[in-house]
Amino acid sequence: MNSIFISTLTFTIMSAVFALLLTIADRTVNNYGEVKLTINEEKEFVVKGGSSLLSTLIDEKIFIPSACGGKGTCGYCKVKVPDGGGPTLATELPFMSKEELESHTRLSCQCKVKQDIKIQIPDALFNVQEYDAVVDKIVDLTDIIKLVRFQLPEGAEINFKPGQYVQLKAPIYEGNDEEVYRAYSIASSPTYKNYLELVIGYVPLGVATTYVHRHLQIGDKVYINGPFGDFYYQDNDREMIMVATGTGAAPILSLLNYMNENDIKRKCTFYFGARRPKDLFLLDYYKKLEETMYDFKFIPTLSGLTEEDIWSGEVGRVDKAIDKFVENGEKKEAYLCGGAPMIDSIVKLLNAKGIPDELIYYDKF
Amino acid sequence: MIELNPMIIFVAAIFTNNMIFSNFLGMCSYIAVSKEIPTSMGLGQAVTFVLACTSVINYLIYYYILVPLNLEFLRFIIFIVSIAAFVQLLEMLLERYLPNLYYALGIFLPLITVNCAILGVSLFMIIRNYTFLQSFAFSVGAGIGWTLAIVALAGIRQRIKLDSVPAGLRGSGIALITTGLMALAFMGFSGIVQIQ
Repeated sequence: MNSIFISTLTFTIMSAVFALLLTIADRTVNNYGEVKLTINEEKEFVVKGGSSLLSTLIDEKIFIPSACGGKGTCGYCKVKVPDGGGPTLATELPFMSKEELESHTRLSCQCKVKQDIKIQIPDALFNVQEYDAVVDKIVDLTDIIKLVRFQLPEGAEINFKPGQYVQLKAPIYEGNDEEVYRAYSIASSPTYKNYLELVIGYVPLGVATTYVHRHLQIGDKVYINGPFGDFYYQDNDREMIMVATGTGAAPILSLLNYMNENDIKRKCTFYFGARRPKDLFLLDYYKKLEETMYDFKFIPTLSGLTEEDIWSGEVGRVDKAIDKFVENGEKKEAYLCGGAPMIDSIVKLLNAKGIPDELIYYDKF
Repeated sequence: MIELNPMIIFVAAIFTNNMIFSNFLGMCSYIAVSKEIPTSMGLGQAVTFVLACTSVINYLIYYYILVPLNLEFLRFIIFIVSIAAFVQLLEMLLERYLPNLYYALGIFLPLITVNCAILGVSLFMIIRNYTFLQSFAFSVGAGIGWTLAIVALAGIRQRIKLDSVPAGLRGSGIALITTGLMALAFMGFSGIVQIQ
């Protein structure tokens, strides 16, 4: 009995001593005092040194896109650090191209603020804000896709371009012990600045999607920041080809809503790929858009039909439908959203049809 | 036990009792980080440095805290905790005061926390009843021996890259076979000194 007590006590005390030493070191050795952070040569902040550039910027309410929560695995939080960032770490090299290395681009989650530092970020990121929103509507679109509406606090506004995305914070819940941000495209129209609609599919073992599908209830409070992204509506008079699979329909919906509300007179066709009829959603809504919009056509195409399914529309993957309906790429531009293999093959197909890379906009996930 | 000169232990730890080739300890990072000579050299230096420091710390903890309290059996868990804490502390100190070394060692430092050669050396020095000086010589020798092994493997692997290795053996497979052959070659040193 006595030896159990002594050994437990000894181990506890020794662990406590080590923990104390580390805490003291963190407070003293790791304390770099106050340093000056200059953004784009104009805005200056005095910040506490010692933590990562990403978290320092978040403390100053500047949100850099980041999906992994600062672990250095997503590679989204790139920022130009012309001065004071120190050398690029080995953990960042896999994410950097040669040009980025030469322009002193860093992953802001790996770059530590230790001295006066100068950084450059796109001006659009100043527009990014964090909102505490409340869930006010959840609709099951299919058995694995939900449409969730988030109401922003009274008076708060989010200014975004149709096609952009926001990041939703998944909190700690049973089975998940760390907070992560995940990106979701906005499906609602930018005309309504006081709420956001996101289309969220269920991914087995996905941290944020499990949270949304299994735990999120109407009335829950969530944190959202945004808007981000360079996939958005381009103002011109080219004919539009829109392609999406699954939850990739979200940014396309935002585009369509925007064009519908502003009565934009452009021809556009939306090719939507799914496996079976039960994976299609908002069909009535598209039908309504076909009637009210200037020249819009919705073409769903199914690639995984079984014998029990009744279907008279297009069959096969989206490439097949595009190949059938798009004769040439003259005066056309394309908006794609979906998984990487789908996007890669569609880009190749559209190139072959004569649409150059710079007129193909896409959002890969 | 026979009183061994620390210098003998030092030489033996490098050649005849090499951590990799005779004990097969620390294999994980040995295989993973032996693709290029400069990086393997960096990791080797970090391992040697941490080995030398942790063996001293663990020696003091064992003989001045655990033995008087009759808690020798706690050495496994205590050594692991002290190694982990030390590596954390070292990382912070290096980053602040020796940034060049910090950037050179980079991501290897945290990797060392789970390198079992480090724990192995601390346990060997207890099992073999080394004195303080002997322990220190042993740990530095073991570190240099480990570095020698990983740099030698990296050199060989850089050349193997140019050869046509059977598909199933590429990567770790051929590295393990190479390690076995190198271990055989190191047995040639066994006549120099012997420690146990």
